[in-house]
Amino acid sequence: MGSTIQREILIEMYRRMQRIRLFENAAEEMHRKGEIQGSLHTSQGQEAEIVGACAALRADDYMVGNHRSHGHPIAKGAKLPALMAELLGRSTGVCGGKGGSMHLADFSVGSLGETSIVGSGIPVAAGAALGAKMQKSGRVSLCFFGDGASNEGAFHEGLNFAAIWKLPAVFLCENNRFAVTTPAAQTALVANIADRAAAYGMPGVVVDGQDVIAVYEAVAEAVQFARSGGGPTLVEAKTYRFCEHAANMGRAFSYRTDAEIDHWRLRDPIELFRGRAIKDFELSLEELALIDEAVNSEVSAAVAFARASGYPVPSAAFTDIFAP
Amino acid sequence: MAVKTYLQAIRDAQYEEMARDETVFLMGEDTRCNIFGTSTGLIEAFGDDRVRDTPISEAGMAGVAAGAAMVGMRPIVDFGMSTFLFPAVDQIFSIAAKSHYLYGGQARVPVVLRSNMIYGVGNAAQHSDRPYSMFMTMPGLKIMIPSNAYDMKGLMKTAIRDDNPVLSFEDALIWSSKSAIPEEEYLIPFGVAAVKREGVDCTVVGIGAMVPIAISAADALAKDGISVEVIDPRTVVPLDSDSILKSVAKCGRLVVVDVGHECCGAAAEIAAIVAEHGFWSLRAPIVRVTTPQTHIPFSSALEKGLYPTVDRVVAAVRRTLG
Repeated sequence: MGSTIQREILIEMYRRMQRIRLFENAAEEMHRKGEIQGSLHTSQGQEAEIVGACAALRADDYMVGNHRSHGHPIAKGAKLPALMAELLGRSTGVCGGKGGSMHLADFSVGSLGETSIVGSGIPVAAGAALGAKMQKSGRVSLCFFGDGASNEGAFHEGLNFAAIWKLPAVFLCENNRFAVTTPAAQTALVANIADRAAAYGMPGVVVDGQDVIAVYEAVAEAVQFARSGGGPTLVEAKTYRFCEHAANMGRAFSYRTDAEIDHWRLRDPIELFRGRAIKDFELSLEELALIDEAVNSEVSAAVAFARASGYPVPSAAFTDIFAP
Repeated sequence: MAVKTYLQAIRDAQYEEMARDETVFLMGEDTRCNIFGTSTGLIEAFGDDRVRDTPISEAGMAGVAAGAAMVGMRPIVDFGMSTFLFPAVDQIFSIAAKSHYLYGGQARVPVVLRSNMIYGVGNAAQHSDRPYSMFMTMPGLKIMIPSNAYDMKGLMKTAIRDDNPVLSFEDALIWSSKSAIPEEEYLIPFGVAAVKREGVDCTVVGIGAMVPIAISAADALAKDGISVEVIDPRTVVPLDSDSILKSVAKCGRLVVVDVGHECCGAAAEIAAIVAEHGFWSLRAPIVRVTTPQTHIPFSSALEKGLYPTVDRVVAAVRRTLG
C-alpha cells in the first residue's frame, strides 16, 4: 500500500520523530549524570502520535501539552538549542530557565506551554481555540494530554466548552496505558477514552498511536473539521512509553512486565516507519540514514550550546512575575 | 456628573472598554440575563459573541479565559460569588498566575476574574467567604477591592487594560452605594492608596466595604476630639505600603479593618509590613479588626456579631490610644 502523503511531509515526520528520540536520549543521559535537575519525563515510544498530530497543523496553529513535554514543541517546530538549554536551566533556555523540562513553551511556533498539573492545559487549549474563533484567524488549537488526564474535571469542562461553542480544537489523548503506574483500564470502564466524546456531542476517533501516518490522517481530518467550523474532535492515540514515568524511577515497580515492554518495542514507531520506507513511502534507507546523521549533529549542537550557556543571574528570579 | 451605584460603575467600565477594544469580552454564568445588574445593555450593544453565558464550570471558565488571553483576547469572567472561585483555583494559580513567569515572559494573561462577596445575609459558610487574602499569597495575581463606585469604575478600566490576571472582589455591602462619576474618561492606577480622610492620632486602613465603616468610626471619634486618618489601599496587590507607612509615621498608631478571616489575612500582611518597616513610629501595638477564625454560620443570631462594625473599629482605635 503506497501513501498519498507528500514526500516532504513523510521525510519531515521521520526527521521530527528522530529529533524527539535523540533529544530525549541525550537528555536522559545528562539527567543520569546530574547535569539536568528535577523531573524529566521522556516519551520514547510515543513519537508517532506526537509528530503525526503536529504534522497535521499549520505553522501558526496553537498547541498545548503536558508534563511529558519535550516532544510536543519539537514536533511543532521549536529549535533544539533553546529547548536543551531550558532543560539545563540556562539563561538561553526557551523560558529563560524558569520552566524547565515540564514547562517548555515556544510561542514563536504556536507552542503555548506545557503544563504539569495533569489535565490543566485542556481548558487553556479550548480558550486558545475560542480566541482563534473570535478573531476569525482560521487557526486550530491542538491539545495533548494523557489517559490519566481524562479523569480530571478539567478534561470534562474543557471538552464541554469546546463542544458547546463549536471551537476549532483537537483534543489528542495520548493513551500510553498507565497513569504513572496505574493501568488506564482500572480507572475508566469505557473501552476507549474516545468513547467519552459522545458525552460532549463531538466525534471520537481511535487511532494506532505507533503509526505516524494513521495519526497524521486522523488528526488532519479533525483539523479540517475544526477549521471549517465543525467544532472539536477527541482523538485517542493508543500508544506506549518504553521508559518509566520519569527518569531515574528505575524498574522497581511491578505494574508491567518485561515481556509487555518487549512486545511494544516491536512496535517502535521509528522502526515501523523505517520498515515501510522503501515499499510504501518510496524513501531509501540511505536517505533516512542521512537524516539520522543530521539530527544527531543537531542534538549534539544543542547539547553543546546548552552546556556553553551561562546560568541566569539571581535577580532573574524576580523578573516576569508580572507583565509590564 | 452622573450619580451611579457601585454595580452601575462595573457595568459602565465594562461597556466602555468593550466599546473601545474589540478583544474585550465578557463570559460568566447568567451574564445575559444580567442577574446582578452588571451587564445591562451589553448583549444588545455587543452581541452574543462577546457576551457569553457559560456552563457551571468554574475551572473551565478560568482556563478558557486564560487560553483566550494568551492568544490576544481580553476576557472578563464573572464568577458570581467569590466562593465559586474555589473550584477554579488550579486554573487561577497554576495557569493564570504562573504562565507569564514559567514561560519566561512569553505568555501574557490579561484576564479580569470578577466575583462578588455577599456576606451577613444568612448564606452560611459555603457562600459567605471573603477570600481575597488567600489569592494574595500567590505571586502573579493583581487584586482590587474597591470601596466606592468612583474607584470601581476607574480601577475596573485599569484592570481590563492590564496585561496580567486581575481579581476583582466586589463587596455586596456597598453595591448600592453611589458616587458622582465624571462624564470624561478616567483611570485609577493600581497600587496607589487613597487617603479618604486626614487625621493625626491613628491610622485606620480599611479594605473594600470596611472603608465606609472606618469613615463612620472616624466621624464618631472626632466628636471626642480623636483625629483618625483613613487609608484605602484600593488594590491589595500591588499594595501601596509607602502610603500606609507614611501615615503611620505621622499618627504613630495603626488599626487595620479587614472583613476577611483573621489568619494570614490582608490585615495580617499590612500589620507585618508596618511592624517590620515602621516599628519605631509606633506608639502602641497594632490592632486588627477582622472576622474571627470560624466558619460563617447560618443563623443571624450567630452571624451578625462576627464582622467588623463601627463600634469595633471605634474600640480598636481607643485601644491604640491607651
